[in-house]
Amino acid sequence: MSVEATHAAVPTARRRDPMPASLLGVILFVASECVFFAALFGAYFTIRSNAGSDWPPAGISEGLHAWPLPAIATTFLVLSSVTMQFAIWAIRRGDRATMLRFLKITLVLGCVFLGMQAYDYATLGFSIHDTVFGTTFFTMTGFHGAHVAGGVVFIYLMLARGWSGQITREDHTGLEAAAIYWHFVDIVWIGLFCTLYLLK
Amino acid sequence: MASTTEVRPEATTPEPHRRRAAIVSWLTTTDHKRIGVMYIGIAFFFFLLGGLLAEMIRTQLYEPDSTLFNFHRYNQLFTIHAITMIFLFVMPVTVGFANYIVPLQIGAPDMAFPRVNAFSLWLFPVGGLLIWSGFLSPQGAASGGWTLYAPLNEKLTIGSTPGWGTDVLIMGLLILGVSSLLGAINFLVTIFKMRAPGMTMFRMPIFTWTFLATSLLLLLSMPAFTAALAGLFIDRNFGGHFFDPAAGGSAIMWQHIFWFFGHPEVYILILPSMGIVSEILPVFSRKPLFGYRAFVYATLAIAMLGFGVWAHHMFTTGAVYAPFFALLTAAIAIPTGVKFFNWIATMWRGKITFTTAMLFAVGFLMIFLIGGIDGVFLGSPPIDYHLQDTYWVVSHLHFVLFGGSVFGILAAFYYWWPKITGRFLNEKVGKIHWAFMFVGTLLTFFPMHIAGLNGMVRRIANYPDINSFVLLNRMSTIGAYILGVGMLIFVGNILSSFRKPVTAAGDAWGEGNSLEWATSSPPPAWNFDELPPIRSERPVFDMRHGTVHAPIAAAAATTGATADETEGTHS
Repeated sequence: MSVEATHAAVPTARRRDPMPASLLGVILFVASECVFFAALFGAYFTIRSNAGSDWPPAGISEGLHAWPLPAIATTFLVLSSVTMQFAIWAIRRGDRATMLRFLKITLVLGCVFLGMQAYDYATLGFSIHDTVFGTTFFTMTGFHGAHVAGGVVFIYLMLARGWSGQITREDHTGLEAAAIYWHFVDIVWIGLFCTLYLLK
Repeated sequence: MASTTEVRPEATTPEPHRRRAAIVSWLTTTDHKRIGVMYIGIAFFFFLLGGLLAEMIRTQLYEPDSTLFNFHRYNQLFTIHAITMIFLFVMPVTVGFANYIVPLQIGAPDMAFPRVNAFSLWLFPVGGLLIWSGFLSPQGAASGGWTLYAPLNEKLTIGSTPGWGTDVLIMGLLILGVSSLLGAINFLVTIFKMRAPGMTMFRMPIFTWTFLATSLLLLLSMPAFTAALAGLFIDRNFGGHFFDPAAGGSAIMWQHIFWFFGHPEVYILILPSMGIVSEILPVFSRKPLFGYRAFVYATLAIAMLGFGVWAHHMFTTGAVYAPFFALLTAAIAIPTGVKFFNWIATMWRGKITFTTAMLFAVGFLMIFLIGGIDGVFLGSPPIDYHLQDTYWVVSHLHFVLFGGSVFGILAAFYYWWPKITGRFLNEKVGKIHWAFMFVGTLLTFFPMHIAGLNGMVRRIANYPDINSFVLLNRMSTIGAYILGVGMLIFVGNILSSFRKPVTAAGDAWGEGNSLEWATSSPPPAWNFDELPPIRSERPVFDMRHGTVHAPIAAAAATTGATADETEGTHS
């Protein structure tokens, strides 16, 4: 406490900006991504409202099961958001070792999700050109998967910076930005899972 | 004043052996000013290309049954003309001016993310060349109109567009979308985070405000277009069915998503020009902008309402709730009217000097007003049922886009050229240029109103010899040639300006208000040697008239000094 107070009293010490430029940039980017996925969801529900009761179309619904694979993948992705938040809380306390451990778990969970999605794609039994459901299904989950892949790269970069000691209690804006993006990707997936797998 | 010309590395011609290094330094720069200049230069190149297409279109329409171009080629001409003018000229050229001016106006040393800024810049020519490469395809460039309506732009039906010209157009637009999106984020963060001490939001110049609104519109509308384009690309190349009604998709859905982007897009095109005019009118009327806050709120109101009116492009589909969208469309006339009264009241009893920039700004007011009012006609569903897809629409959009956006951009060229290059454009030649543009615009686009009322539909290569269509079209074509000559005069004016010495003072017009006039012309790489205190929305005016204390470093020496002497202290 007393050490911190001394530091705060040094006039040259920078006051921490609650909203650094790079964090604001990522938040604005996520805002634009919301519009992107909103357009895809809008397209899905427009098409679905035209389709009537035959949804998903015959021949598609047989291959489409929420349990077990997609549900487990969803659980993993939601868990990865939790571990990401643990990493954030750890670095806010200044606990870099815990931060790195949770970040590693997050990275592994993200990769596992991608692997499970790839396996799901291979076993679904329909493709992007099979009925309009296939088109919307693969477009939405495909764009989401690309965002997860981007997030995995983002997390890996943060991890690499963490290993080299660049992420500290005082300066971890990049990690905060990665967390915001990762939570966004997670929320989109919950919406996709409910819409495509559960809401039949 | 003479001292402003010395020790500015940009102003001296590089020695021959250093020329290559100079080129590399431009290609690799992250300086917002150089990036802005390159945006403007590349966009102007595309403007000339798009103008060439326009002249070809007008030449075809001089005769009612012209065989100069076949129907298919004609479709490509108007499609690529529109795409070029919207996405490769008006948007990037305003981004260019904003790149140069906005950081200066808020007293920042650069944009928030300079490398992202350079990335946005270089995506732009890539996207542009990709779009134009469609002309190399055996079926020619994209020919389905800039609105890319489905199913016309699918590969499915007879009479659709099978060539890869449309595919490269989609890819080019996706790339330009990424460029615009990153640019918008960059501008928003710059404006929110990089303002100089004392530069509160309500002291920002109006051009910065309008570009803030433009960036918000880009941020929240462009991704919808990206999604729609991705869907169209999937339909065309991966057997998707988004916009194919036969397979359960929806063609109307394309129009909804497209216009959810497309209507904010028209404000993206016009708001920067409104900002430019709002910078120029006070300077050459020697008065502050009338109703600064009202103007800011009107800008934000236009931006917000812009998201709620997209379906007024779709009245004739019968698939939208017309009363709601008609009401909201009419509501946009209110903040626009506020702006008009602001502009007129700014000039009212001012000491007006008619420089070329001022002439273009006043020309903007006159022509944009006509375009705005005939847009209100289109916003009324019963009238729209008569006028949809006629030349009335072509007339309306050119009055607001050419007489509006482009006049604003040309005003910006004359107004900021001395700031950017240190050289003035020739005023006498400029006034001739303005006369050609003003007469040419009215002669080209006004007859289209009457042609549209008489029932001439747009996007046709030949037309029947009835309802005085021939006379009206010939007037338009002659007007288009006058515009072409006007633009050649402008190119000559630009080229000859480079042979002049750098003479512009920091406050080049002697009546500047905003911070870009507080540094030298052209500014140093670091923008400001010192900033005047910012105590109002007109810090340079305050500095010139000694209503606040002079720059901290320059102290009392400048108090009561003339504009030129004040500038001398800044070099």
